[in-house]
Amino acid sequence: MSAIYILWLRELKRYFRSRVQLVASLGQPMLYLLVLGFGLGPVFQRAGNGSYLQFVAPGVIGMSVLFSSIFSGLGLLWDRQFGFLKETLVAPVPRLQIMIGRTLGGATVAVLQGLLVALICILAGFRPVNPVTAPLAIGFMVLIAIVFSALGVAIGSSLQDMQGFQLIMNFLVLPIYFLSGALFPLTGLPKVLSWITSADPLAYGIDGMRSVLLIGMTHFGAATDLVVLVIVGAILLVFGAYRFSKIQI
Amino acid sequence: MIRVQNLVKTFGSFTAVNDVSFDVAEGEIFAFLGPNGAGKTTTIKMLTTLLKPTSGQIELDGLDPQTRQNEARQRFGIVFQDPSLDGDLNAWENMEIHGVLYHVPHKVRRQRSEELLKLFELWERRDEQVKKLSGGMKRRLEIARGFLHTPKILFLDEPTLGLDPQSRNQLWSHVKKVNEAERVTVFLTTHYMDEADRVAHRVGVIDHGKLVAQGTPKAIKEQTGTESLEEAFLALTGSTIRDESAGAADNMRQFARMWSKR
Repeated sequence: MSAIYILWLRELKRYFRSRVQLVASLGQPMLYLLVLGFGLGPVFQRAGNGSYLQFVAPGVIGMSVLFSSIFSGLGLLWDRQFGFLKETLVAPVPRLQIMIGRTLGGATVAVLQGLLVALICILAGFRPVNPVTAPLAIGFMVLIAIVFSALGVAIGSSLQDMQGFQLIMNFLVLPIYFLSGALFPLTGLPKVLSWITSADPLAYGIDGMRSVLLIGMTHFGAATDLVVLVIVGAILLVFGAYRFSKIQI
Repeated sequence: MIRVQNLVKTFGSFTAVNDVSFDVAEGEIFAFLGPNGAGKTTTIKMLTTLLKPTSGQIELDGLDPQTRQNEARQRFGIVFQDPSLDGDLNAWENMEIHGVLYHVPHKVRRQRSEELLKLFELWERRDEQVKKLSGGMKRRLEIARGFLHTPKILFLDEPTLGLDPQSRNQLWSHVKKVNEAERVTVFLTTHYMDEADRVAHRVGVIDHGKLVAQGTPKAIKEQTGTESLEEAFLALTGSTIRDESAGAADNMRQFARMWSKR
């Protein structure tokens, strides 16, 4: 237990110490929120869908949680690089605990990042419809964070160096984001696209956040969102732990 | 304490360790010597559960590190050849993490960390991020950390690389102390033959993945008819210079340096 705690704490310390990174990581969500939020607003309104800023805010929060958690998992590559990974791998602690400590640490950081972006959204004019159910969105953030931290660890365990990083970014992370319905409504899509989006775990996370932040605006339904995220999260945790236990240096 | 039989490790068509067998008794200091790329670090990685052998048997205190990883890991400590510190944390926190991972009780952890940081003259800099420390200080911190818990077997992979004579002296006297007082078995590699001669009870010489000689320093000198261990080493391994190719880790380190100009 103490091993999980100390590795979790390590992730938090690293997050708070790299202030530059902290600020830099807010740039992208702000761009999506402000530029798209206000830029596409009039068109969205004319199409009869209400305020685009309201619609896109949960998507932008989901995006920042996604990026932050996947990158913290891929942080494994940096640890491999700078050698700290070895230090944890030879320690007399089951690798499962090490993996869990890292994953929970990464997930916590991702949720903090998500909350920060949520704050920015509110400053930009985003208003949750029902303040009572709004805190439930944090629950969905936690689920998104765990799903993608585990995925990040699974990928980070399999890569040897940063060469594959661009590949992961362009063929996994960005598609997960764009196909999640973060930027557009999932209703009335062409059939193929609709199948693909239903296979994207982030879609359920963002849909879940919308269902509690903007009452009634949900595609799959909050219960489905919850069940899918929990199942996918459990599978990825097991898979990530398995990949992590197989690391050789 | 350590028993290795017919150990082989191949990477593709390259054989890094080729049919190596040796025994290290409890309480013994064993120096593993060899030119660059001879297979020293690969052997240590296999002994410390970081790498799977292609074939052959390993026993650490009677345990196979492949099948009983956790129990085996409980028995050893290691100082790596290349860095293994967390640069974003400070010296004290690096000691703390190590202490927790190795189940050193809270009070003992505090007390020993302080002693060791003072011994290796890092106490005044304990609150500084490790990435801001000099190369020599980082090295000293790695070594101090390696002594935080008392393992049955201590692996030291070129521990004196980049250390000044003062710290080297400090290190070896500490190694001798734990070896004598706590019967810690020490398995070390070094490029400094005089150190091996002075500290080790027995040495093994490895070249091109093969163990070419083993015995007490005296026996090896007699066997080769030389005066010093250095001459014996050259007689056994020849005088051509070897080069290791830069691995993925080195390439990435370079990449990281490009991006972390903070």
